[in-house]
Amino acid sequence: MAELAETVDPANWTCPAPLRDQPVVVMGHGGGGALSAELMEQIFAPAYGNPTLAALADSAVLELGGARLAFSTDSYVVRPLFFPGGSLGDLAVNGTVNDLAMSGARPAYLSAAFVLEEGVELTVVERIARAMGAAAETAGVAIATGDTKVVESGHGDGVYVTTAGVGLVPDGVDIRPQRARPGDAVIVSGPIGLHGVAIMSVREGLEFGVELASDTAPLADLVASMLAVTPDIHVLRDPTRGGLAAALNEIARASATGVRLQERAIPVPDAVANACGFLGLDPLYVANEGRLVAFVPPTEAEEVLSAMRAHPQGAGAALIGECVADHPGMVVVATGLGGTRVVDLPLGEQLPRIC
Amino acid sequence: MKYIDEFNDPALARRLLEEIRATVTRPWALMEVCGGQTHSIIRHGIDQLLPEQVELIHGPGCPVCVTPLEVIDKALEIASRPDVIFCSFGDMLRVPGTGRDLFRVKGEGGDVRVVYSPLDALELARRNPDREVVFFAIGFETTAPANAMAVHQARRLGLTNFSLLVSHVRVPPAVEAIMTAPACRVQGFLAAGHVCSVMGTAEYPRLAERFGVPLVVTGFEPLDILEGIRRAVRQLERGEHRVENAYPRAVREDGNPAAVRMIEEVFEVTDRNWRGIGPIPDSGWRLTEAFRAYDAEHRFQVTDIRTEEPAECRAGEVLQGLIKPTECGAFGTSCTPRTPLGATMVSSEGACAAYYLYRRMNAATPQATGAADKEMNPVG
Repeated sequence: MAELAETVDPANWTCPAPLRDQPVVVMGHGGGGALSAELMEQIFAPAYGNPTLAALADSAVLELGGARLAFSTDSYVVRPLFFPGGSLGDLAVNGTVNDLAMSGARPAYLSAAFVLEEGVELTVVERIARAMGAAAETAGVAIATGDTKVVESGHGDGVYVTTAGVGLVPDGVDIRPQRARPGDAVIVSGPIGLHGVAIMSVREGLEFGVELASDTAPLADLVASMLAVTPDIHVLRDPTRGGLAAALNEIARASATGVRLQERAIPVPDAVANACGFLGLDPLYVANEGRLVAFVPPTEAEEVLSAMRAHPQGAGAALIGECVADHPGMVVVATGLGGTRVVDLPLGEQLPRIC
Repeated sequence: MKYIDEFNDPALARRLLEEIRATVTRPWALMEVCGGQTHSIIRHGIDQLLPEQVELIHGPGCPVCVTPLEVIDKALEIASRPDVIFCSFGDMLRVPGTGRDLFRVKGEGGDVRVVYSPLDALELARRNPDREVVFFAIGFETTAPANAMAVHQARRLGLTNFSLLVSHVRVPPAVEAIMTAPACRVQGFLAAGHVCSVMGTAEYPRLAERFGVPLVVTGFEPLDILEGIRRAVRQLERGEHRVENAYPRAVREDGNPAAVRMIEEVFEVTDRNWRGIGPIPDSGWRLTEAFRAYDAEHRFQVTDIRTEEPAECRAGEVLQGLIKPTECGAFGTSCTPRTPLGATMVSSEGACAAYYLYRRMNAATPQATGAADKEMNPVG
């Protein structure tokens, strides 16, 4: 193999790529990939100076009044507001419920803050609010507080919703990305890519032969059924923006382990595969809103998988790979033909390819 | 579309690989010209499965990668104008011009939109009569017919607010340029199936004859690619150099005559610069005089923008298989996937970007086996 040029130091190959490359906010900063991570690491974390934030998990786990509290917030800006399988309202509840559930918490209370654009029909606001009420009931949480602001016409995108949530983390549960260990089984709770492709098909007016519906769903009950099998689940993540690829890269980096997936084991629905083939996208990078990926000790994998498959939200659960000591910080896929490919952290948003 | 699975069958792939292994007696260097094939090769790890003696050189066939810096700078200039809606295929948005990309222009207030077809841009022009709509017409022979159709339609509909920024490139002159380069190592080609489905194969026998290389028209699914390699290796081992069609389900000898007529009505052959390679005579298309009114370069007076490519970038040599990515002084330092200097680092399947990823993997795993232990360009 050719020698490295003397100037190259592999130790620095995480591509520091300073933010000064981008003096303004670009869409990629919200894409859940490398640019989002840099915004967090280079601007927010240093500015807030808070070690709890430095864990960079979907929710913070805090000690408060003798209880272990999971606390999370998220903003929702989806377009269109209503899509097959759900709406902005469903995402706003399920997204925050799931962020809490990924630390093993039982979500309890949410807040809901609306930013409305002048001119939006009140029936639209009402539909979103009703969807939130229904989703909260399904997830077993209460929307306990809220706020509304209105911005002038042209200064918003119809409706933005921000929800925050709290829940209690059971004793003996310690779920965070840093706990991935070589040997862990990597399990996904069901078919991937449905949400992203459903949104894209509506947004771009593309038909893929079948009606695709978003997978948006609350996952706290599924997590509870997994914890009933073993409290020693190492990592949970809901692979939303940036898809499975972003979630697994974040876990690999946080735990300094590698992830090796078996491509043929990853459940990709035909419609998603076809849509991605048509658009030149990779299903591994497409957003999900009702899926989780779990790292569990190999001794518990079979039982956890059975418990997941017995639950409606985990009926399509599959063992897709393992955590390894090789290539720390990187995700590698063993392809169906027997080769390998590296699945890198996406930079920003995935873009349709021309060729 | 379930049938696609048949072209991804591991048992059949193993059989084809066995046949290739049984045929090959000495080292051969093949080039796949098309970026779509490169993507498939990387995505399925095909290059790591081939016998040591078969080297794949990833050619200059990603239209996004080879769009010259100068044209991207023109796009940035046009897209920054407040009266313009600038439409592009998605993956062009991230390709850096001088100091910024189309994403940055969008972030700074430019109206930049991703479309899936030039006809979407045409529809935008129809619905926004008070705005100028510009479509970034890049690509090989595959995308040219639809772009020609869009201009044709614009004229038919009397739309005066629609134009194309054209950077079309053609495959045969690129093959010629690669083969006439000093120290060229390519001994056979996988010709791009989609390009041939439009243009047919008439231009290729001349090239096979002149340069003594097999040209196998190849598809994009894993088995298509392995079959293309199998046939090219078989020809090389027999000392043959013919044009073969290994993609008959999509490619006819005369291609798609209606599409070719549409191209010839709207476009004319011109010299074109290729990012990382330089100027190649007769390797592009531009709008004919009759359609000059739809040429965004003239409409927005950006014809004078001239940009020199960074001298330290050696993408052209990498694209021709003359050097390995790591032999370039900028590799991994001033040139990374985040700050690409040239074509081969811009695209995720560009030779340098792929090499960068695999080298990172192996730097982290000293005992790693497979792809990056093979002396191959770029991944293995």
